Amino acid sequence: MTDLPLGPFSLRDPARACGLVSLLRRYAPKDPVRIVHVCGTHEMAIAQHGLRTLLPEGVEVLEGPGCPVCVTPTVDLDRAVKLAEQGAIVCTFGDMTRVPGTRVTLAEARAHGADVRIVLSAADAVDVARKNPHREVVFFAVGFETTAPGTAAVLLDSPPANFYVLASHKLIPPALSALLAGPPIRIAGFLAPGHVSTVIGARAYRPVVERYPVPIVVAGFEPLDILYAIALVLRQLREGRAEVENAYPRAVAEEGNLRAQDLLAQAFAPSDAGWRGIGTIPASGLRIRDELVRWDAARAFPIEVEEGEEKPQGCLCSEILLARAVPADCPLFRDPCTPLSPVGPCMVGSEGACNVGYRYGGRPSL
Amino acid sequence: MSRLSDERVTALHGAGGELMGKFLAERILPKFRLRAAGPIGLDELDDGAVVELPPGQVVVTTDSHVVKPFLFPGGDIGKLAVCGTVNDLAVMGARPVALTLGLILEEGFPLALLERVLLSAAAVLSELGVPLVAGDTKVMGRGELDGIAINTTGIGVAERAISDAGLRAGDAILVTGTVGDHGMALLAAREGFHLQTELRSDVAPLWPLLAPALACGGITAMKDPTRGGLAAALNEMARKGSVGIEIQEEAIPLRAESRALSDLLGISPLEVACEGRAVLAVAADQSEAVLALLRGHPLGREAQFIGRGIPTYPGRVILDTGIGGRRFLEMPLGDPVPRIC
Repeated sequence: MTDLPLGPFSLRDPARACGLVSLLRRYAPKDPVRIVHVCGTHEMAIAQHGLRTLLPEGVEVLEGPGCPVCVTPTVDLDRAVKLAEQGAIVCTFGDMTRVPGTRVTLAEARAHGADVRIVLSAADAVDVARKNPHREVVFFAVGFETTAPGTAAVLLDSPPANFYVLASHKLIPPALSALLAGPPIRIAGFLAPGHVSTVIGARAYRPVVERYPVPIVVAGFEPLDILYAIALVLRQLREGRAEVENAYPRAVAEEGNLRAQDLLAQAFAPSDAGWRGIGTIPASGLRIRDELVRWDAARAFPIEVEEGEEKPQGCLCSEILLARAVPADCPLFRDPCTPLSPVGPCMVGSEGACNVGYRYGGRPSL
Repeated sequence: MSRLSDERVTALHGAGGELMGKFLAERILPKFRLRAAGPIGLDELDDGAVVELPPGQVVVTTDSHVVKPFLFPGGDIGKLAVCGTVNDLAVMGARPVALTLGLILEEGFPLALLERVLLSAAAVLSELGVPLVAGDTKVMGRGELDGIAINTTGIGVAERAISDAGLRAGDAILVTGTVGDHGMALLAAREGFHLQTELRSDVAPLWPLLAPALACGGITAMKDPTRGGLAAALNEMARKGSVGIEIQEEAIPLRAESRALSDLLGISPLEVACEGRAVLAVAADQSEAVLALLRGHPLGREAQFIGRGIPTYPGRVILDTGIGGRRFLEMPLGDPVPRIC
């Protein structure tokens, strides 16, 4: 690792970036490779800093199912809409309110009189419940292993009786396995998401690598972190290795955050979960444990919703979420699908590949 | 008898009646030092004001202001309402000559708060030597309006008005100070974020800063990057001028707090409003002189060259990212929302 010019806290240093670009060139593959990350924040950083213009010829980096809002299935969303329409206060993250359900978005439901509130954390939703003791308050909990411990923490902290969680959390390692198990799409390697990895640890990816031999490198979010992680993937490919490497050791420990893992295990049990555009992935979701059933909105308010339309006509979101296509491949991208009038979920979530692609000017070779 | 601080706006205040008239006449109007720009001004309470204009091109602009919270670090809605309009005049190259102010208030709005925001509006006008020549007050019922809205109309006179369409390839692009302070300070101050920062809004009147630069000459286009921030202002200049713009990201002056908050919330400081900054396009041979003049004023100390007009990519803005990458800087879409994780 001595040739890797990365020191701490100089993460946007142009000279170091230059060094990393030479390193990337040194490990440049002979044949084109497709590297997949599964994190909206990675996509934002890559687009924001124009990193794709720094990669060697033939190296393509795609966002897979990395946007929590994008992968939340319509049935869960429809359930949240229905709860709001029936009079509950539904609290959720800002982006989630704009995702089209089968009929309407949560924001549209609010425009028609439903009480939908934007919160920044599960704890904020508990505050709403405390301030509205005579109303039912439902926290529509989406997100990966990053936001799930926050939900677990409030569930385990005896929240008020009028507080409920509609759990739609998702887990990353099963999604990686699902991408690799699907029809061959030549994923040469993964950048593992730094935030998620701080919770689950680098070791969480070992079972994936043992089953499907591809390099998985845990990456941070500064531009140099990402270039460095891509260089490590390319080096593994060059040397014929397929291992888990941690390119973000300043934040990610091998075993992860044991306290957070413990909270997750106490509050949730793994369950099969639907991913919008992808379908059901075994053991990729989190079900609220039976001991905490009184706060589980899904069981407290059994609501029948029909399996909704996951994919509008012509929309390539499922291919994009599976890292088989990029936004520009989609015939709807930019016209008519824009962040202001999104057709598919990847254009709604501010971390969705299409949304980021639109806001940061696509992928031009400038 | 109740104290003023306990008193609130009632429907009677807007009924053209004695109550608001008394409040304005006793507590507010005296604070506006200059109340006429001709023979008939505010004191005459006539149906209109008569304004006498110096020679030049007359520029008129109007803007309605709503902001949450009403009081924010570095300013309030009153200061904002005056600065917003006089700054629109200033970036047209016009010296502000007169201002009107229309108030719409929600029933129940605290009079002490109203007094406070009108006093800060008055302070900006006094500082600029610009009279308030006409005003109006309406009251709406509870729930029909969120507190307060202020409309201001400004009249200015320019020797030669500067449009935002005059950018040419080769022109230097300058900003007069740090970008995004206002938007980021408001985001941090907004209820629910529980963030503590030293960030203050940059809200300030631009005319005293821009007047010497205008006199120097060479300015081909100018904008104040309010809604949509620097990104919107640059895109508009590029589109209207049908030229490209290339920006060096590391040259854009940014406060460390804005940068940190931006990383935290996933909201770009280039896409949020400034209320006391201008973006200038200046002919290359005069750009050093203009920059020096800007830096000579306290509001322009951190003025910076950030890029230039280019003949390629007409209508687009290209950002050279600090670490060597390149991308388009797109027109922002709407109110930014914080990301999930």
